Order: sequence, then structure tokens, then C-alpha cells
Amino acid sequence: MGIEILGLPMMYYIAMVAKVIGAFVFVLLTVAYATYAERKIIGHMQVRLGPMRTGWHGLLQPIADGLKLFFKEEIVPSQASTFAFLVAPLIALIPAFITFAVIPFGGVIEVAGYKIPLQIAAYFDTAAGRVYDVNVGVLYILAMSSIGVYGVVLAGWASNSKYSLLGGLRASAQMISYELSAGLAIVSIFMLTGTLSLNEIVNQQSGFGGFEWYVFKQPLAFVLFFICCIAEINRTPFDLPEAETELVSGFCTEYSSMKYAMFFMAEYANMVTVCAITTTLFLGGWNGPLATTIPILGPVYFVAKVYFLIFFCMWLRATVPRYRYDQLMHLGWKVFLPVSLLNIVATGIWNYFIK
Amino acid sequence: METLFFLIITLVAIVSAILVTTCKNPINSALALVMTFFCLATYYVMLDAPFMAAVQVMVYAGAIMVLIVFTIMLLNIRVDASKKHSHKVVLGSIIGFFTLVNTAFIVIKGHVASPNGPLTGEMIRQQGHTELIGREMFTNFLLPFEITSILLLVAIVGAVILAKKKI
Repeated sequence: MGIEILGLPMMYYIAMVAKVIGAFVFVLLTVAYATYAERKIIGHMQVRLGPMRTGWHGLLQPIADGLKLFFKEEIVPSQASTFAFLVAPLIALIPAFITFAVIPFGGVIEVAGYKIPLQIAAYFDTAAGRVYDVNVGVLYILAMSSIGVYGVVLAGWASNSKYSLLGGLRASAQMISYELSAGLAIVSIFMLTGTLSLNEIVNQQSGFGGFEWYVFKQPLAFVLFFICCIAEINRTPFDLPEAETELVSGFCTEYSSMKYAMFFMAEYANMVTVCAITTTLFLGGWNGPLATTIPILGPVYFVAKVYFLIFFCMWLRATVPRYRYDQLMHLGWKVFLPVSLLNIVATGIWNYFIK
Repeated sequence: METLFFLIITLVAIVSAILVTTCKNPINSALALVMTFFCLATYYVMLDAPFMAAVQVMVYAGAIMVLIVFTIMLLNIRVDASKKHSHKVVLGSIIGFFTLVNTAFIVIKGHVASPNGPLTGEMIRQQGHTELIGREMFTNFLLPFEITSILLLVAIVGAVILAKKKI
């Protein structure tokens, strides 16, 4: 531990790089196999088999899909705005990944006498004896999700095609509307926690065998937030920006090869991120039986909860039909927004009079 | 290290600010402006003001610019074909020059050069930036805060009345 770079021990840098690579690989692998799991789960729900031919029960399907998309011809429409067209898939993909920087996926582990909190943007202060993380973690998540809108909007506009433009317009209107309700839904969580740091929020949900989770204290906020998130990442039943029966494939109609694959990855990466955020805010994060005494169990619980929510998203896709556009707007502005505001008022009254 | 980082961010900020005015395509200008907002957010982080940084990205880059891009898309403005050189450039440079002189004067000679109030960097780190802003806003600055919210309410009602033909 003797070597120090810029006032920080060597171990700090090693741990940081390891955490970044670990989280990145986790999201990438989950994205790849979420596509497979989705086809398999929906297949079995609809009494089909899903992919069976590539490998044992189709296990190599994501790799085959990746190879296929990689070797496809790359087409940029001649009338497209080249710069925006090229940059749109990147803007869609990057926010989904960097949101993971503030999500705590485990407690504090000790490697060679150096304490490492399992959260990328955090460090353990030995003098204070506690973990310091980004103290506006939730706002950071909201900010990044608002950046994700650009990818879809630009893709729709830059393709210079009617279907893409309609998809882009729908996406921007939908994402802006539902972002608002999602943000207001978690305000009631902040009113209970009194902090924006995700590490603190997770710590406050430990104890009482899971009954301190905010899903039990704020069930309405949980339902609102999760539905709004599904609408914000454009998944069924809110996948209007790429509704294939109306708009061919919406904003990514003109995209081909790896650029199309990047939109596809962005959709699944967003799903993983949203499920991770919901787990952190409402389902106790990495908390679980014995998680504080055996630190390695933390990530296990975290991943299990995230995978359950991902399964839930897929279940929804197999069950619920797509909304009509006016129904979607009605639901967002006239139902979710007032209900989330009322929830804030109710939480305020509870905080003031009862607590 | 921090100085080097600051210089890199400044370079990006200035280049993207120049691109905002020189891009022919309005969407590319808007993207460059978003980039500038990101650089400003980075400055806020370096100044121990993470709340300001997050709000900067959320409000400016996330909400206002999306609406501007939305409008550009709906109006379908393609490449701007108007004349590049006009008398506006001269006027603009004169105004810009005097603004620069003014700012430089305030930074070097004004009271801003050495802030000496109760809000030091150490205190902000201890109490938390968000907590400080929240406490001040809802105690000492409650009246301006409420007036601003009434202003916003008036704007919303006005927008609804303008947009709806029959109420």
C-alpha cells in the first residue's frame, strides 16, 4: 500500500478500474442474454419453444445474432443528416451504461486491508469510517435519463424519413411526459429519506427482514415509478415510437448493421438500468439475509432482484397489448401526474403529523 | 491534474460554443449547445456544487434543449441558406468585446474576486450542497421562491389559454 498517486493509494485506482470493468461486463452480458431470455420466456408463455437451433436450447443465439448484425451492410441514407445520423445510436447507448456509476451493488468488501465500497462513484473514508458517494446520485440518474431522449429524437429526425420522424416525435413527447411523473413519484422517497445519496437510501432500507423496503412504505410511488420507467424506455405496452404495425420500426427504420444493433442494445441496457434503479430505490438494493456479515452476498441479492424485475418486464410484454397514443398521453398527464402529486401531499402530511 | 482537466473541459466548451454559431444545420448547433451545457455542469462539479451540475444537465440539456430540438424538427428547418456576412457580425463583435472587458474588470477588480462569506468550500462539503440550497430557499428566500412559482403558474395558464381555442 506504499505507492501513492496524486495523494490516493494505488489500491484505489485498481479497485476503481475493476469496478468499472465489472459493472460494464455485467451489463453487456445481461443485455446479450436478455434478448435470448426474452424470446425464450415469451415463447414459452405463448406455448412455443423460442430459439432452439443454435447450441443447446438455442443458448448461442445472441452470439449468432451479433455476428449476423456485425457483417451486414452499413447503409447511410443519401438524404440523411450525416453527423446526427451517426451520433444518434451513441447518444442512445451511452447514458444507459453510465447511469450504473452511482448505483450501489453491494456493501463494503475488504481486499488486502483496503476497504472497497461496491459502488463505482464512491470511496471509503478510513478517518470518518463511512462510505462517501455522489451526494446527488438520484438527480444524476434523472439527468442521464433525460439525455437518453436525444438519441431517439435525433435518429428520427436525421433519417429524413416519414416513419422515422413520426417515431422520433412520439418518443420525445412520451419520454418528456413520463419523465415528469417518474421524477415526482420518487420525490416522496426523498421526503422519507432526507437524502439524495443512493448509498444512504440503501442503508436506510436494511433491517426488519425486508419490511423497511420503500416498496412497502410507498407502494403507490413504486407502481407509478416502475410504469413511468417502462414508458420512458419505450417498452411494450408503451412501445409506440417503434410500433411495427404502424411505423415499420419507428425511429430506427433507416438504420442497419451495428448501428441498429446499438439501438437494440440501448433498449435492453436501459431496461437493466431501470430495473437496477427500481431495486435500489424500492426493493432495498443489495440488502438481504446475512448481506452485511457476508459481503459477497450483496451483489448476489442485487442481481437476483434486478433479474426478477427484468423478468417482470418481459412478462408484461407477453401479456399487455400496446396502448393507443391518446390513451398514453391521457394516462401520463391526467392520471399519473395528479396521483404522484397527491402522493407527495399525503407523504408530507404523514411526515408532519404522524412521524 | 485538476488544472489540466479544467483546461481540457474549457477547450471543449469554447470549441462547442463556436460551433453553436458556425454550424449551418440548426440541429447540429443545438447539439453543440448541449455539449457546452455539459462543460458548464463539469465546472459546477469542480466548484463543489454537484446539485447545480445535476440541475444544469436536467433542466437545460434535458428539458429546454429537447423542446428546442422538438420545435426545429416540427418546423423542419433544413440547412440555413441565409447570407453569412452582414453588418450584424460587426455589431455583435463590438458588444461581445465590451462584455468581455466588463467581465474581466469585475473578475479582477470587483468584489467577486475574493468571496468571503460564511459559505466556504469546507462548509459546503460538510453540510451538503443540496441541504444548504434547500434550507436557504425555504427560509430566507421563501418570498422570491413563491413569487417565481406564481410566475410559472401564470405562464402555464397562459400557454393553455393560447393553445386551446375553446375553454
